[in-house]
Amino acid sequence: MSTPGRLESHLRHRRDNGQKLLVPYITGGMDDSWLVTLDALAEAGADAIEVGIPFSDPMIDGAVIQQSSLRALERGTTPESLLGELARHELSVPVVAMTYYNLIFRAGLDRVAGMMAEAGVTGVIIPDLPLEEFEAWETAASGAGLATILLVAPSTPDQRLAAICERSRGFVYAVGRMGVTGEQQELAASAQEVAGRITAVCDTPVCVGIGVSNPAQAVAVCEVADGVIVGSALVRRLLEGAGPEGAADFVGSLRSALDGTN
Amino acid sequence: MTTTPLRTDGTRFMGDPGESGRFGDFGGRFVPEALVPACLELEAAFRDAWADPAFRSELDDLLHRFGGRPTPITECRRLSAETGLRIFLKREDLAHTGSHKINNVVGQGLLARRMGKTRLIAETGAGQHGVATATAAALFGMECVVYMGEVDTQRQALNVFRMELLGAEVRPVMSGSRTLKDAVNDAMRAWVAEVEDTHYCLGSVMGPHPYPWMVREFQSVIGKEAREQFRGLMDGSDPDLVVACAGGGSNAAGIFAGFADQADSRLIGVEAAGGAAVSNGIPGVLHGMRSALIQDEAGQIQEAESISAGLDYPGIGPEHAYLSSVGRAEYRSATDDEVLDAFQLLARTEGIIPALESAHALAWVVKAAGTEDLPTGSTVLINLSGRGDKDVAQVRDVLRPDA
Ligand SMILES: Cc1ncc(COP(=O)(O)O)c(C=O)c1O
Repeated sequence: MSTPGRLESHLRHRRDNGQKLLVPYITGGMDDSWLVTLDALAEAGADAIEVGIPFSDPMIDGAVIQQSSLRALERGTTPESLLGELARHELSVPVVAMTYYNLIFRAGLDRVAGMMAEAGVTGVIIPDLPLEEFEAWETAASGAGLATILLVAPSTPDQRLAAICERSRGFVYAVGRMGVTGEQQELAASAQEVAGRITAVCDTPVCVGIGVSNPAQAVAVCEVADGVIVGSALVRRLLEGAGPEGAADFVGSLRSALDGTN
Repeated sequence: MTTTPLRTDGTRFMGDPGESGRFGDFGGRFVPEALVPACLELEAAFRDAWADPAFRSELDDLLHRFGGRPTPITECRRLSAETGLRIFLKREDLAHTGSHKINNVVGQGLLARRMGKTRLIAETGAGQHGVATATAAALFGMECVVYMGEVDTQRQALNVFRMELLGAEVRPVMSGSRTLKDAVNDAMRAWVAEVEDTHYCLGSVMGPHPYPWMVREFQSVIGKEAREQFRGLMDGSDPDLVVACAGGGSNAAGIFAGFADQADSRLIGVEAAGGAAVSNGIPGVLHGMRSALIQDEAGQIQEAESISAGLDYPGIGPEHAYLSSVGRAEYRSATDDEVLDAFQLLARTEGIIPALESAHALAWVVKAAGTEDLPTGSTVLINLSGRGDKDVAQVRDVLRPDA
């Protein structure tokens, strides 16, 4: 097995020191202050930040992230402009890029991998690129020193789950519920279940995303998982005008809940 | 008469794309992990059913006694005289619900029932596939929800009511361009959450494997019938050209399947000029497949623009991208104006009002007649994929804006 890359070492280190991992998501380019928001999130206790590169047809995203993607596109955001802005911005925590495969395929796999690495991106999530279709990108990504984070869903059978965990780098993304991104009143039972199935077979950090919406749910998920990804609940606040401070307040509340210090 | 296969190495132009669902460089299964197990399960169930004579005979029986198959071939004597061609129509407009869409939904409905699913969901553009799915759901006693772009619910208001009459719920899709591509997005989003008891009844030869292949197999009845019928009419010969409109490409794939491997016929798919994915598109990945897509430089999918809601799609099924890449099929386009003319021409010369989608195939034939692309005297088999009743109000609004 290859040695863990930058992202995975960083997350393993924090996990092994007893810290629960907090990975907030925002859509890149969604407003004028998105880079300021990234700093505020890091300051508020994010262990890594997931930045969405907006796509016209975000198939696994619910209404909130669709809306933020649309806004980002209307502001003229392209993969190139977004990664360019990131490259010029110094951030104190690792950035994980999330995008749909067409944007990568269109620009060329090696070229995108290179641009991402240059922008300081350490890991990549491509929700519509499952295991069977993943090889060409995996080669390009690892060539550029990028970790590709694979997803495991509640519907993933055991054998397949093990194969996915084996190939995932950085962390394993556990999909918390069968559905698209979006806030939920209740944490689905599947969130802890799927995290438990993953931790049982691999030592890579496991973060649960999709349907984790508030501090209480984050704490509950982290009884089993190593960390959480919180997207829609944060992006909604930004769409409603919370600004970098409001975003930091929310992420700070997640941080203290996970640290047991609130 | 037996014709020799075009390829001698045993491979077929329109064969089984195998486990990877690849047609050359195209196809595949680019879906979120949550849906991969469902796609695998569907593929296994389809392979099993398709090899089961009991399933096949139940399907054939339903297509006959419920769906009205076989549909006839009609020779267009007046239109032929006018164009200097010999034009024949495969009359899918005479199938139950008024289009070829019934072939696919009866197949998928039967399969869904066999898999123990109790609900069908579908996307629809023109509403024809939604109506067909609602029909199959009624036939099999299943619940049905149809996702339809909000723009299309207005263009095709009558079809919305038709689906409701059949007991389906129509959910207007408000995202993106509010047309067919967005309806597919929303249907897939819904499927992720409902996959346990719900079958996604995709309406064309697109989407993740096994859909492009499975839907083509369900539609291949068109080509099988047409080949035999044509040979019967024409002393065992095959048409010089087989022409079909192509949105996602299911009626085209269905009729091409009868000719691709065994006949010398040229195969022509006609796209809407404002949504010509093969002619103007670029390879990409959308809706679970790698295919030709209309997109910008960054890879954002662009909106298709067509008078016919059923062809208002920025992509095309992966097998068409493949057939084009190897030169077995050729793709052309027709503009809205040409389509409106063809729509009226067929009504006046032959007493048949075609669907606007089908009128694309006709429009290209009329336009190309007598040119090098379509020489005088050619025999042309057009797949008349549907009837135009659903389009009459819309066409009236265009032709007589003041009425
Ligand atoms: C009559 C008719 N023909 C063609 C189409 C386009 O679909 P496809 O290209 O899959 O045949 C539609 C779609 O709504 C239709 O209603």
